[in-house]
Parts: sequence; structure tokens; C-alpha cells
Amino acid sequence: MATRSRVHPVRTLIYLLIILGLTFGGLFASARWSDGEMSPSLALDLEGGTQLILQPTAEGAEVTEEQIDEAIRIMRQRVDASGVAEAEISSQGGENIVVGLPGNPSQETLDLVRRSAQMRFRVLLTEAGPGPIDPSALETAEDPEAAAEESTDEPDTQPEYTDAEIEEAARQAADQDGDGELSTEPATEPTSASDTAWITEQVMYDFYTLNCLNSANLVGTGGDDPDAPLVACAEDGSAKYILGPSELAGTEIETANSGLYVNQQGIVTNEYVVNITFTNAGGETFSDITERLAGLATSGQNRFAMVLDRLVISAPNVEQQIPDGEAQIRGSSASPFTQEETQSLANQLNFGALPITFEVQSQDQISATLGAEQLERGILAGLIGLGLIVLYCLVQYRGLGLVTMASLLIAGAITYGAITAMSQLIGYRLSLAGVAGLIVAIGITADSFIVYFERIRDEVREGRRLEDAIELGWARARRTILASDAVNLLAAVVLYTLAVGGVRGFAFTLGLTTFIDVIVVFLFTHPMMQLLVRTKFFGQGHRLSGLDPRHLGSEVPLYRGRGRIRSGADSAAGQTIAERRRAAELAAREEEQAQANAEGEDTAGADEPNGVTADASAGTGSKEGER
Amino acid sequence: MPSFARFGNDLYTGRRSFDIVGHRRRWFTAAAMLVILSALVLGVRGLNLGIEFTGGSQFTISGTATAEENLAHDVLDDVGTDHVARVTIVGDDTVQVQTEQLSDLETTDVAAELADAYGVPATDVTSSFVGPFWGQDVTTKALQSLVIFLVLVSAVMVLYFRRWTMAVAALVALLHDVVLTVGIYAAIGFEVTPATVIGFLTILGYSLYDTVVVFDKVRENTTGLTEQTRYSYAEGANLAVNQTLVRSINTSVVGVLPVAAILFIGAFLLGAGTLRDISLALFIGMIASTASSIFIATPLHVLLESRRPAVTEHTEKVQERREAVLAAAESGDVAGAAEPVGTGGLIAGGHRGQAAQPRRKRRSRG
Repeated sequence: MATRSRVHPVRTLIYLLIILGLTFGGLFASARWSDGEMSPSLALDLEGGTQLILQPTAEGAEVTEEQIDEAIRIMRQRVDASGVAEAEISSQGGENIVVGLPGNPSQETLDLVRRSAQMRFRVLLTEAGPGPIDPSALETAEDPEAAAEESTDEPDTQPEYTDAEIEEAARQAADQDGDGELSTEPATEPTSASDTAWITEQVMYDFYTLNCLNSANLVGTGGDDPDAPLVACAEDGSAKYILGPSELAGTEIETANSGLYVNQQGIVTNEYVVNITFTNAGGETFSDITERLAGLATSGQNRFAMVLDRLVISAPNVEQQIPDGEAQIRGSSASPFTQEETQSLANQLNFGALPITFEVQSQDQISATLGAEQLERGILAGLIGLGLIVLYCLVQYRGLGLVTMASLLIAGAITYGAITAMSQLIGYRLSLAGVAGLIVAIGITADSFIVYFERIRDEVREGRRLEDAIELGWARARRTILASDAVNLLAAVVLYTLAVGGVRGFAFTLGLTTFIDVIVVFLFTHPMMQLLVRTKFFGQGHRLSGLDPRHLGSEVPLYRGRGRIRSGADSAAGQTIAERRRAAELAAREEEQAQANAEGEDTAGADEPNGVTADASAGTGSKEGER
Repeated sequence: MPSFARFGNDLYTGRRSFDIVGHRRRWFTAAAMLVILSALVLGVRGLNLGIEFTGGSQFTISGTATAEENLAHDVLDDVGTDHVARVTIVGDDTVQVQTEQLSDLETTDVAAELADAYGVPATDVTSSFVGPFWGQDVTTKALQSLVIFLVLVSAVMVLYFRRWTMAVAALVALLHDVVLTVGIYAAIGFEVTPATVIGFLTILGYSLYDTVVVFDKVRENTTGLTEQTRYSYAEGANLAVNQTLVRSINTSVVGVLPVAAILFIGAFLLGAGTLRDISLALFIGMIASTASSIFIATPLHVLLESRRPAVTEHTEKVQERREAVLAAAESGDVAGAAEPVGTGGLIAGGHRGQAAQPRRKRRSRG
């Protein structure tokens, strides 16, 4: 055959080896020299842990993707700060938030995740550096304010004081009237939100003890009382503030966006600013606040803070009254905003404009024991399934069953490598549904081989030599395999992008294995067949090879025209006389039977849909003629 | 299994053939009845929805020493909830308790007390709480994916097969599979969980996968249809179904085997859970898919296709020629009668040996 010289099965197999080598080499290298693992990471239902599925809802409005991202960011901040390691928070299906917490998290942690974040505008009463009060500074300076200021200059020296010492110092400093108790009532009735009378002894104490250098305090815990003053850290931990009561809720923001500053001459500069548009009511309140604050410019109290989830995200100065509900935040001339900064601030403001509340859709707490058990049983099920398939293939396809087995093993190895790599590269975690997907995929992968083998057998039945049958069968099976795998892949992709929870894990493994199926069939099964057909066992159609032409009904001698006859198994080697006689005998018997059948059917009427078989009418059509 | 290979050989050559396309009326009636029945059962009985859909709390206590239901009932009585509890013993060391929705505090309480009652560490109690809308959400998403998937896959099939009738037939078969599976779920009263929904969705892919393989052969057999007059479109398609029958059987066996393994392990060792729910839906769906791609998809495709003028014309031509061959045979015109008729591949005749030579005296044959 002319094409045979162009067949390079070994070369194709080498490609496969390279793929395998790269996958496992990479994994091994990352396990050896980096913090990689040689096994895939497991999802919570296999490892044990708690999974929450939250549905964010906003009052009377659609929740946008940016808001979900922002909500996730806030949640992650909270969870990370609470010291829970390896929490997984992600959005799924575009609208649900899935929170996975390993182990058995406390109720506080769970509440932390579920609590919604609010944004409020508060006026800024006092600002200080991020560290807590410095007890040594207290001794030298009588003025508590100065002590607080001073402590910020050298925050690195803080750890040498115990919490108790700091608390004691703070208590002393805060207890202004010296009665040993921290009053929570303002000394005088505050006249406005900007009145420093809001700073009670208790507030002062909280302020002194607050350590914004400790990341645990940089967590938005939410739940701040809008009518009371608040002690809060800046989001990045660079400062701490005492803030007045909330005067304007974030919900009064209509929209916020990042843009370029347009100066008074109407020229667009390259300075980034955040533009805020308030609602009508919000604009009026904001106008009042800014009027008051602009008047306080001399005392330095002309600042207000935007507090999201108890953290100050921005604390701008007010230069003049802003009457029209259109505010603009500019960076200082020393450090102008970058585009990222304004964009992130605008996102936060938008998030505050539409606070999201979370509804718990499901909460699963899976014990590690149960998870391990399920994984174990899942693997057991997979092995049983694999064993049964191999057994069935051996019975059905004899020698070819071994090819199936080898192909499945290769597919298994690639899948294992791919999943492990995925769990390291994109943080994929194998869930129970994923395991189910893998097990189901065994059948679908094995089916590709069946399609191919059946096609080869079809070709053998047509009377082709084995070598040709393997190529022609491949040409046809390839199309079928690709088409049906494409359908499967499509299903997996649609499921993955749209679905939530377990469906995703399942779709992922299903899609992955479909892809691997194509790789294995192209790079292993087909070249393997090409190689095997060169062996005596397969190439000459041994009885147990599964490719025995006689077994496949191709023993009828094929008439090649001009009186030449060849048998299906006839290759260059030729047949013995005895074999030829046997074939002829069989053919004659067959013929007689067929003729009898044909006659019977002829009388029944030849127009019956599938009545007459062609071989009864013998002779006129040759194989070449049909093609 | 020599007989099976022989069976395949016969099916391939058309020596033995099941008239699947010809009896389409029979299959369609059966399928329609099954679908209507499924819809009725679904309407009357409804699905047995799991707590994921109704909302509620569930506890699983694994590794218990004793598997007594009463202990769990006692615990729930102690907690003082008037919630109805459902306690199931799974395997010999796992107890599953389902209640109506409990508050956070109650959940923690119940979990702790259950651990106490069954003498297992608290970490071995798995609790899950499901809000009443979670299941709905999953279902909505599933339906959404279903619609998008169907649209996409129709486009792919029309492009690949270049015949819209194949896409239509495949989709009808697909719907049949899904409705039937859901119907069986309703009839038997299996619990439907999100994992079951995953199973249902997988049937989509599998059903089409199977149909594509059969249709590929149909297409192969019917390309260049009009260039010959040995068989009509319907016969070509029927041969295709027969030729892929062995593959279909093998495929479904191979597909069902691992699913059955999960089902077995899931049902007997793990109890209710993701594995069992997915595999049960798949088990039913896979069998239905194989059947439907043979008995519904192909006949339906032929039915739709045979309305095309070109195909009708060709079928008539085939008929005409057959009659001509018959007439020729009757009138003793050897050359005419020798013309091949039928769907089988053209298999060259062998040397007929001495027996085929003319004789002086004709032997009578039975």
C-alpha cells in the first residue's frame, strides 16, 4: 500500500510520551523544588469542611458582577483576617457566592462571612497613626493626644508592650476626669456630627487600644451603629480615625465612576478622579454636610470619611460646599490617584450604593471522616467499573481488549496528571461530583475504542487486509469520535459556565476527560494499532487477537474478477491448499444457504424493505467496482 | 463470544436485519405512550424532592457503633423541636437524619447531641442546611443550560450532518430520554437532589453522543444515494442502525458498567449521596439513550427525510427497478435477475465450484 511508507506510529507515540513526560516531569519538579503536590487537592466534600452557598440580593436591583467581586473581596478580607487558612471564596454561575472553609469553623467565622457590608459617610473627628498608645510615651507626655501622636512615629517598637500594659495606659489616658471609669455618655450634648463632644472616654479608650498595624483589625466586621461615633482603621492600615455618627448612607450614592479631571477651563487633564453622583435626597444632605465642613476648614476638621464595612476607604478634605449632588474626589497634589486607585474606589462606592445582603442557600458541614470514606468508596467504584469494562472488552474484543486496557491506563495517567496540574495552576479541587464525572468518563472513553474497533472489523468484513482495515477504519472512526466528543465537550462547557455547586465539578472532569479521550485515541490507540498489526499475533489475525477475519465472517472468498479469488485472510503470504479448500467448502455451504434464503425471500416479495441480501445474486459487483 | 461476533457480521452484511426503520409506527407509538405516561405520573405523583429543594437540615453521623433510629428521635425530642424528622440507616455504621429547617443554634445543638448519643466525636457529624431556594436555583440554572445547550448542539449538528432532519430527530430522542428518566423517577419515587439534576444533564450529552454515532453511519450509508438504485433511503438508514447495533450494545454496556459500579457502591455502602444520585439518573438515562437513538432518532429522521422530493423520487425509482428485476426473474431473463438488490454491501460471489456448472439434468431442490 502506497500510504504505508507514510505511517509513522512510533513518531506519534513519541509525542504522547513527550506529553506524559512533560506533565509528570512538571509535577514532579514542582513537588520537588517548589510547594507543589503530586496529588490533586480535594474539595470540601472529600476533605471535610464547611461549604456555604450564598445568594447575594440587593434591594430592588440587580446585583452586578462588579458588586459580587467587591463582596467577595470584602469576605475574603474578613475571613483571612479571622485566621482561617485556605478559605475558598468564589462566585459561581455569575450570581452565587460559594464559600469553602476547611475544618470545622466557629460560628463567629460563619457569621463573619454572611454579614453584609454597609457603607456610610461619617465626619472625621480625629486622626492618628495606626499603632496603639505607647505606654512609655504616656509617662513623658501628660497630654494624651500627644502620646497617641508620638506612638505612631515608631510603630515598630510596639510589640514590647503586652496588651495589658497598653490597655492600662489607654485607660489612664482616656480617663480624663480621673474617676477611674470610662464614661460612655458625651460630656456635653453634641451640637452636630462634627462636635468633638462625641469623643467620650470610652471612645478615646477604644481609639488608644486600636492597633491598625495588626492585620486582624483590618477586617471589616460590619455592624457599626450609625448613630454612634466609630473608631476605625484606614483600609490599608496606614492610620486610625475617630469618626462622628453616620450622616449619609452609602445607598444615597446613585453612581460613582473613575474618570479624568476636567479643570475649570474645560481641559481634560491626565489626573484621575472619582466622580460621585448622589440621589436627590442624598445630594441635599451632602450639601449640608459640606457646607458645615467647609466652614471648619481652619480647625482641620473639614474631612469626612467613607466607611465601608467599618474600614475607612477614603477620607477627603472638603474645600467648599458641594450643592448639586455631584462630588469629585481628587488625589493630593503630592500623590495623585492612579487609574487603578480611582477604579477600585469607584467600585467600592458603587458597592456601598447598593449594599448586598446574603441569603444562605445551603450550608454543608462535612466531616473529614465522611469525606475520606466517600473518596475511598468512589475510587473503589471506579476500579470496579474499570475492571468490568476491561473484562467485557477482553471477552468482546479479545486481544483488542488489551489495547483498550492500555489506552484506559494511559488516559487515566494523563487525567491524573492533568487534574493535579489544574489544581496547582488554577486551584481546581476535586469534588465528589468530579469523581463521579471521572468514573462516568471511563465508559465514554472506552466507547471511542469500541467505535474504532467496530470500524476496523467492518472493514475486515468488507474483505480488506488488516493493515488497510486499520487505516480505513481509522479514517472513518476518527470523524465519528471527533463529532461525538465535540457534542460531549459542548455539554460540559455549557454546564460548567452556567451551573453552580457540584454540577461544575462534574462538568469540569467530564470536559477534561473528553479532551483527553481525543488525545489518547489519536496519540495512543491508533498508532498502537498500526504497530500491533505488524506483529504476527494481530497482523495475521490470530484467533484470540479479535481481528480474526474468519471469525469476522470474511471467510467468503472474494472474487476479484478474471477468475482470481482471494480470501479475506489472504495476505502476501498466501494460503495453503488445505486452507483454500476449506474456504471453498465453507463458501459453497454458505452459498447454498444463502440461495435458499434468497429464494424464500424472493417468493415473499423482493420489495420488502430489507429483504434480499446482495450476496445471493453473486458475481456482478466486484469490490473495486463499489468504491 | 463467537456468536456475538457472528451476529455482528450478519448485521453488517445485512444477512440478518432487524427492520427497525420499517416498524417506526410501532416504536413511535410505544415512545409516545411512555412519554405521555411519564408526564402523567409526573403530574399526578410529582417528584420526591430532596431537602435541597424543599429546604431543611440534614445530619449524617458516620462510624456509629449502633445503628438505631430511636437514638436520633430521642435527641430531636430533647432539643424540643416539633420538627418532623426522618431518620435513615445507611449501611451499618451511618445514620442520616433529615429535619425541617433548623436555626444555626439548633443545628449546632443537634449535631453535638447526636454525636453524643451515638458515641462518635463531634467532627464525625456532618450537618447541612439548605435554604428553600437553593434547589430552585439549581433547577433554573439547569433549565437555562438545557436551552442553551440545545440551541448550540442543534447548530453543531446541522453544520456537521448538513441535514436539519438529523438535528430534529436527535433532539426529539433527547427529550424522550429526559422525560422518560424523570418519569421513572416520579413513578418509583426516588429522591431528587441537585446531584440527580447533574445526572439528568449528563444524559443530554450522552444521548446525543450515542445518536451522533448512529447518524454518522446513516450518513455514510446514504451518501451518493441517488447514484444507485439498489436500496432506498429508508433501507440504507436501517442498515446503518443494524450495522451499529453491536457497537450500540457494546457502548451501552461499557457506559453502564462503571455507572452500575457507582450505583452499587453508592447504594449499598454509602447510602444517599452525590454518587448514588448521579449514577441512578445516569443508569436509567443511558439505557433510554441507547434505545432512543436506535428506535426513535433514526426512524424519525427517515420519516422526515423521506418527505423530501429527491428522496421520494429515488425511493420510487428503487421500487420500479425492483419490480423490473422481479419481472425479469419471472420471465427468466437471467441477466436482469442477476442485478443486485438490497442494502447489503456488494459482496463478490465466490467461485461456485463444480456444482455450479451446467448439468445435463437438473436436480430438484427443496
